[in-house]
Amino acid sequence: MANMAQAIRLALHYAEENLELKDVFGEDVGPPLGGVFTATQGIKSAWNSPLDERGIIGCAMGIAMTGDRCVAEIQFCDYIFNTIDLLKMVGNTYWTTHGRMPLPLVVMTPVGAGIRGSVYHSHSFDAWASRLPGWKIVMPSNPKDAYGLLLSAIADPNPVLFLKPKALLRVKGKEMIPGEPEGDKVLKSMIDAPVGDRSNWKPKWPKIEDYRVPIGKAEVTRQGEDLTIVSYGRTLPICNTVADELQDKGHSVEVIDLRSIYPYDWQAIKTSVQKTKKVLFVNEDTEVTNFAEHLAYRVGQELFYEIYAAPRVLAAKNLPGIGLHPNLEDNTVPQKPQITEAALDVIGQQP
Amino acid sequence: MAKKKKKNKSTSSHSQQLPLPKNQILELYDLMVKARVLEERLIKIYKSGDAYFWIGGPGEEGFGVPLGLLINKGQGHNHDWLHLHYRCSPTLVAMGMPYIDAIRLIMNKATDINTGGRNFANHYCYPEWNVAPVTSPIEVQYSAAIGTAWAQHRENANGITIVSGGDAGTAEGDFASCLVWASRPGNELPLLITVQNNRWGISTSYDTQHGEQSIADRGKAFGMKTKVINANDPIEGYLGMKECIEYIRKNKKPMLVEFKVSRLYGHSSADGANLRNEEDCIQNLEEKLLNWKLITKEEIKNIRANYEAEAKKATEQARTEGGPEANTLWDHVYVDNENADWRNF
Repeated sequence: MANMAQAIRLALHYAEENLELKDVFGEDVGPPLGGVFTATQGIKSAWNSPLDERGIIGCAMGIAMTGDRCVAEIQFCDYIFNTIDLLKMVGNTYWTTHGRMPLPLVVMTPVGAGIRGSVYHSHSFDAWASRLPGWKIVMPSNPKDAYGLLLSAIADPNPVLFLKPKALLRVKGKEMIPGEPEGDKVLKSMIDAPVGDRSNWKPKWPKIEDYRVPIGKAEVTRQGEDLTIVSYGRTLPICNTVADELQDKGHSVEVIDLRSIYPYDWQAIKTSVQKTKKVLFVNEDTEVTNFAEHLAYRVGQELFYEIYAAPRVLAAKNLPGIGLHPNLEDNTVPQKPQITEAALDVIGQQP
Repeated sequence: MAKKKKKNKSTSSHSQQLPLPKNQILELYDLMVKARVLEERLIKIYKSGDAYFWIGGPGEEGFGVPLGLLINKGQGHNHDWLHLHYRCSPTLVAMGMPYIDAIRLIMNKATDINTGGRNFANHYCYPEWNVAPVTSPIEVQYSAAIGTAWAQHRENANGITIVSGGDAGTAEGDFASCLVWASRPGNELPLLITVQNNRWGISTSYDTQHGEQSIADRGKAFGMKTKVINANDPIEGYLGMKECIEYIRKNKKPMLVEFKVSRLYGHSSADGANLRNEEDCIQNLEEKLLNWKLITKEEIKNIRANYEAEAKKATEQARTEGGPEANTLWDHVYVDNENADWRNF
């Protein structure tokens, strides 16, 4: 099975062959490195930019103005903050020009904790991104979704922010990408660049197929009756594990992988919460004005008389950074113990 | 017969002394007046209460009109891309923008094709002419220009990219980004980076903020050709612009060019929009035209009067038109009006 970095690579390759993707660029995105997480290795349209995030976003805007498709990368979302007005502008251009100037572009950036990345390699961006109207924002939690979401993003006529949960980039999937060869070593031998001199290396791409995950569509990853957990990205597989473990203790937990932060699948959340009557939202951006607070607000507004417990948000503590030491990181962003505790607490509430 | 011969000889002799053919000089002058009358009309619209705000480019005609005349206008990589700022109306007038477009824009009419009543005066967008959206931040066009120039470079297209901004905006990082990205070895971009130096940033004087001898000098560090052009002399503005554009078309390499201009009505309506005592490029050209006997005072008066009548007529037309309805708020958040309102998810 492909890992998420390989899945992203496969999607970029498919898009440059079939979706007229012209440029994949950013810091260390082109050869020889092919991205700090290797997600752009072997991509023929990949090139290295100056270490200039504003230039990267501006360049993507200009390319999109010409109608050409591009995927621009900000190496870590921790370094995207100096582009915030450009991101705002990308989001408002179609609207302010009254439909005259669409900007079909994709920006991808690794997000979140989980690699002991310290203060400037552990940030999240989903809550910030949700305040950028005009963008679509997606975040996969497994390689197959990463492949399908990235193809949808590249084909979309609007700007799409593709958030890569960096802790999951090396995690192998449980489902095959259509056209992916059997056996981990086969794919690795075909598309992973060798260590050392790779100046003459070229990937041998498998005949992968078109596969899209529609933007705005969530997926129920665990069926349950007693609690709904809504999550995405790094915390999603942890929520699945929590649901499995609680199942053994007699608690039936439904898990929704939101996959799209905007537009989000309200109908999936609503249907599930109407069934379970209780909801816990889990993500790892900071907790104050967290995107999940909007979802919890909406649950309160629209489902108040149907729910049996106050909607709960479990997110990162509202700290200025994520400390490097494991005792600091693990107690800043949600981990399995905290998610389990929060889930049991919400389940235990009585109306 | 003899008389006719004498006249031809006189015209021919006269043309040889001119820096440009007579018809080109007169066209340049005509469009500069056309652009100035538009800006003065926009100021009147603001002052009469028909607009909330004015910002524009009177005093920059010696830069803007030559640019509009010299570009390869059209859509696609093989035509020139323009990343303009909010003092760019002379360029668009020279390209053929009708007055009514600018007037509907400043009056926020639903018929405003540039923004649908959503944005400030002179914030244009003409995709059919490769004119990127004008925005209020003073620097962002310098980074977006990298992208259109890159696409033209990638496709080895015939078009080039031209970006404009003010002297104050060159302090922003995007200006440095533009210099860096335009001059990457092996990937030099066909990009004309221009600065209209009016020596003001709202109320702050150029002299108090710029230690460099000239803004154009900054290009030298990147190995790019640079030039300083006095656009208050429109003939110099035209010839200088022509040389720059021809250089970039031929060599596919960037240039940084500083155009000296005036800011005749201040920064915007926020500081009054009243005529200032600065050098006027149109008056300068008029004096030359009169000296060269290419035009009479009566003809000057008539040109202006005709454009004022045209502007007045367009204003009256726009006044009859309505503003955008509240139910259009969500239009064009996403392409094809895909729902963007979370209440309807």
